[in-house]
Amino acid sequence: MTALTQAPDRGGPAQPLLEVTGLVKHFPIHGGLLGRQVATVRAVDGVSLTIRKGETLGIVGESGCGKSTTARLLMRLLDPDAGEMVFDGEQVGGTDQTGGVTLRDYRRQVQMVFQDSYASLNPRLTIEETIAFSPQVHGVSGREARERAHELLAAVGLAPAQFARRYPHEVSGGQRQRINIARALALQPRLVILDEPVSALDKSVEAQVLNLLVDLKEKFGLTYAFISHDLNVVQYISDRVLVMYLGQVAEQGPVEEIYERPAHPYTRALLASRPSMDPAKRRTAPPLTGDPPNPVNPPSGCRFRTRCTLAEDVCAQRVPVAAPLSAGHEAACHAVMPGSGHSAAPRIAA
Amino acid sequence: MSAALKPEAPAPLVRARDLTVRFVNRDATVHAVNGVDLDLAQGEVLCLLGESGSGKSVTLRALMKLLPRQAKVGGSIEVAGRDVQAMSEGQLADFRGGDIAMIFQEPMTALDPVFTIGRQIAEAVQRHEGVSRSAADARALELLELVQIPSAKRRLAAYPHELSGGLRQRAMIAVALACKPKLLLADEPTTALDATVQIQVLLLLRELQEKLGMGVIFVTHDLGVAGEIADRVAVMYAGRVVEEAAIGPFMGGPMHPYAQGLLGATVHPSMRGKRLTTIPGAPPSLEKEPTSCAFAPRCPTAEPACLAGVPPARLVRPDRMARCIRIPAA
Repeated sequence: MTALTQAPDRGGPAQPLLEVTGLVKHFPIHGGLLGRQVATVRAVDGVSLTIRKGETLGIVGESGCGKSTTARLLMRLLDPDAGEMVFDGEQVGGTDQTGGVTLRDYRRQVQMVFQDSYASLNPRLTIEETIAFSPQVHGVSGREARERAHELLAAVGLAPAQFARRYPHEVSGGQRQRINIARALALQPRLVILDEPVSALDKSVEAQVLNLLVDLKEKFGLTYAFISHDLNVVQYISDRVLVMYLGQVAEQGPVEEIYERPAHPYTRALLASRPSMDPAKRRTAPPLTGDPPNPVNPPSGCRFRTRCTLAEDVCAQRVPVAAPLSAGHEAACHAVMPGSGHSAAPRIAA
Repeated sequence: MSAALKPEAPAPLVRARDLTVRFVNRDATVHAVNGVDLDLAQGEVLCLLGESGSGKSVTLRALMKLLPRQAKVGGSIEVAGRDVQAMSEGQLADFRGGDIAMIFQEPMTALDPVFTIGRQIAEAVQRHEGVSRSAADARALELLELVQIPSAKRRLAAYPHELSGGLRQRAMIAVALACKPKLLLADEPTTALDATVQIQVLLLLRELQEKLGMGVIFVTHDLGVAGEIADRVAVMYAGRVVEEAAIGPFMGGPMHPYAQGLLGATVHPSMRGKRLTTIPGAPPSLEKEPTSCAFAPRCPTAEPACLAGVPPARLVRPDRMARCIRIPAA
């Protein structure tokens, strides 16, 4: 029996770690006397994204935009209705016959940390048992798994002698989130999906956990998908950012491009909704009115058009496709797409 | 302390002195609030800023006498010239909703799910102003328009679950404002909202506060929110106010080490690529009342004298109060 090691890099640095195309997940709503399907929540509706090796991809959006469903799809806690996932050059969900990476191997290489640090730990296992659990499932001896658990506890800043034998209810929220992170690292993953990992924490603890995540990424050679509704946190930690709205990607690009040259009107509104942090320069008018529409019945064409100040007829008629703006920066908006028919769209050079 | 900040102010809307709250049960006593002095002028917005467990929400509830029976409240609380501690249940029923109203973080649990929005607003108006049902219904419509709910007339007949989060929060504000309270207590009313909706509700509250001239005490853990809405801010730690100042100077540079740590730990755009400053350790448990500076164990500038006793509230600048013996006088 040997200790787990991080799976080797197969495709080389140019091969994205995870490439997802056309991911779709619809949830049926049942109702009525016979429990028939009466509607569909289009939670994720055609999301394509790429996570490069060693980077942090930030995913932002408001509640109901599908960011958490996307996280669960990436982790394969949910089966997508459509779409393709390629992990380091191999199809995810393959079998020995078809080739590709099996779900069992995929889940060893991809781990997740959830927002609710308490609900995601088994209350009847001690902290060392929790962290040692999955390595044992993957064939590591109990003694070795416990030793490794102690190393990981030390790595996340919790003294093993003090914490290993405690139960989840005996530690604070920030400490619990550190335990969740340690557990996610126990299988030596390559990709860690962080779904709102600091949202439930107090500000002073949030900063501690963010610093820890930065350190661990370096130390263990990790790649992160970081999901959050907090634009400042995403800006702090991400290399590239993906902005989601109602189950679709509105804009994606390098973090400086998104925050300094946002192209999609939704991204601009999100950025302008942040409190100013300067009482002398308070916000005077809200950048957007109303709430995000219900994903059960999204607007036709561009889903943002009902709240968009630039909306024109074309926005209701056609779904915008992602228009490239600069290297790696693209936005799905008729107003930035040449030849879309929107009055603000750039002209196509003849 | 804040009395000294505003010596010329007329009768304050809120005046609390040495407010203490203890939660007592068989196993333990929690010292949630340990001597808070608060003053609020008419039409002023005060933010109580602090992390979970700092006693900010408990302080707010004590002002309205909303704490459960096992809470032992000490000290004096005067709101609009009346002694809240001495009020009977009947007097409290008139007082709550009439002179003072509260909005909560989670409108879905604060609103009654079996009554329409319109009925819940009209009920408050009928109860406090003794007007007819039709007059109360008309007032409900006015209030929904006041809080900028689109197609207000139709929304009167809506149940809470039929509204989106932002509209629900507006409806709760409408219920709270139904009888034109002099004092509005807000307990993290925008924390559960999305960014684009949070800013809408903050701007609405600011507008309504100016229009109606209410005093507001706004509890939040978010410095950015305080920066958008507060006139003055009081930072709480371990059940005490550790710094109190006007919002502008405060955001420009807090003086108490805890407040400095809090501002340093708040992620904002200029921090990219830098290491975040953190406050080491965790807040004390409050099973014993702190007998020295409660922040000293986490404080980068603590010295032995910090453990000698609770630092007194002192004016470190003409308009600023802080509980820290290390801050030199101006």
